[in-house]
Amino acid sequence: MKKALIFFIAPFGVLFTAFYLVPIGYAIKQSLYKVERTGTFGPAREVFGGLAQYQRVFTDGPFWESIGRVLLFGIVQVPVMLGLALILALLLDSGLVKGRRFFRLAFFVPYAVPGVIAAIMWGFLYSPNLSPFTSVTSSVDLLSADLVLWSMANVVTWVYVGYNMLIIYSALLAVPTEVYEAARIDGAGQFRTAWSIKIPLVMPAIVLTTVFSIIGTLQLLAEPQVFRAFSSAVSSTYTPNLTVYSTSSIPNFNLAAAFSVVLALATCLLSFAFLKMTQRRGGEQ
Amino acid sequence: MKNRILPMLIMGAGTLYFLVPIWWLVVGASKTRSQFSSTEPLWFADFALFDNLGELFAYRDGVFLRWLGNSIVYTGGAALLGTLLAAMCGYALAKYRFPGREAIFNVVLSGVLVPATALALPLFLIFSQFEATNTFWSVFLPSLVNPFGVYLARIYATASVPDELLEAARLDGSGEIRTFFQVSAKLMFPALVTIFLFHFVAVWNNFLLPLIMLGEERLFPVTLGLYSWNTQVNQVPELRMLVIVGALVSIVPLVFAFLLLQRFWRNGLGAGAVK
Repeated sequence: MKKALIFFIAPFGVLFTAFYLVPIGYAIKQSLYKVERTGTFGPAREVFGGLAQYQRVFTDGPFWESIGRVLLFGIVQVPVMLGLALILALLLDSGLVKGRRFFRLAFFVPYAVPGVIAAIMWGFLYSPNLSPFTSVTSSVDLLSADLVLWSMANVVTWVYVGYNMLIIYSALLAVPTEVYEAARIDGAGQFRTAWSIKIPLVMPAIVLTTVFSIIGTLQLLAEPQVFRAFSSAVSSTYTPNLTVYSTSSIPNFNLAAAFSVVLALATCLLSFAFLKMTQRRGGEQ
Repeated sequence: MKNRILPMLIMGAGTLYFLVPIWWLVVGASKTRSQFSSTEPLWFADFALFDNLGELFAYRDGVFLRWLGNSIVYTGGAALLGTLLAAMCGYALAKYRFPGREAIFNVVLSGVLVPATALALPLFLIFSQFEATNTFWSVFLPSLVNPFGVYLARIYATASVPDELLEAARLDGSGEIRTFFQVSAKLMFPALVTIFLFHFVAVWNNFLLPLIMLGEERLFPVTLGLYSWNTQVNQVPELRMLVIVGALVSIVPLVFAFLLLQRFWRNGLGAGAVK
């Protein structure tokens, strides 16, 4: 039995330790060191710097601007995306729609497109001289500093609505039909049933998709990185992840490690806070 | 009947939103270079898809084909092996009682919340200490780990592998490992497909790790390759056509695979969301 346990757990355990636990530990350690030189051109050596890197992180204006930017992005994009996903899932489930199988497949197709390629595609679609929507792109510059954030939000929404819709739709399918029977006998219409019965019942699925979306938002990288080729409005510190990437290629690994640690903590904290918040609300009902 | 019009309109608008960009890509990839920007973007002109494909696969000694091969190994290989490892670990956490079981599970579960991008930089630093960056393994090995897969495998194993069956197998003298492969894995099969799909997408979408690790073009997965071409479009304008044709080539097989396997997605997503 013991042998079998080792056989089952050790392969994953070793890799998890090597590629999750060790890097996390290493990043924390790195973030506590700094590079010092004797004179301007002297040899560099790493010395313990305490929280010096974190001090720099917390006084780094562009980094906090980028955090503010992705938070703004998330506050708008996540509800829009999940709202769309919820509406589409409810419609699919309502029996008012013909050709359900077709729609389910059609909406899921973009999920097969990886973020980088989706961003490249939409980058072309936004470009004034290539876009099929010239009536839009000739009057509004979708790649300008004012709009590029929302152009990216559209790319993320396009990729993930179908996926989230499918999660919510599966949760709806799991609801026993007797529940709807009862609602119908009580005289509840489609809308009323959706609002008072279906949405509360699929709340766990919505919470799950929200947490994944929060994690995704703070990790935004591929889309802004690609859009730098299309728009000069996207700077090298446009999102927190881009900041980490460009700091590490300066290179200043210690500072980049500190950025990573702060970012990972912020992500976990936000996800956790959201879970706690929704659990408490659930408990009151 | 009247109240069906609005829902169908919404579904129709949704279909346009999701499919028009793909349609544009298909149409665009079929045109000649000169017609690409001079003809109706959403309808065909001269059909030059095969010429474009030929050019794509011939460009720089067929580097694109090489990228496709890399992607298959990085993504397919990592997802296949990773699913097996996650399934074994999740199965053990579900079916055996041993000290530290919950502790292990909680550590793995908290791994789900760690953003993959926060790991990429320290991984790069560790690999560079062993002078192992810019190698196949520097991208492949970290891609094998899938904590979410362990979480799903545990849920599925608890639900679909009855203890009585394991007892019976033990009485018949079957070893634990043999029982796993011959009995439990078969019962968990639909779940394993789901874990595989999730893992596949995660690796396929992981952009930062190869971006940070790899310098040599011949090691790139297709996503990084297309990205690097796209950044050169301003200097080398003919690359634009190759980026568009390449994007189409890299997503079409996946779109079909996804549609075929969609049944598994739905079941798997349901089970993941109930918890």
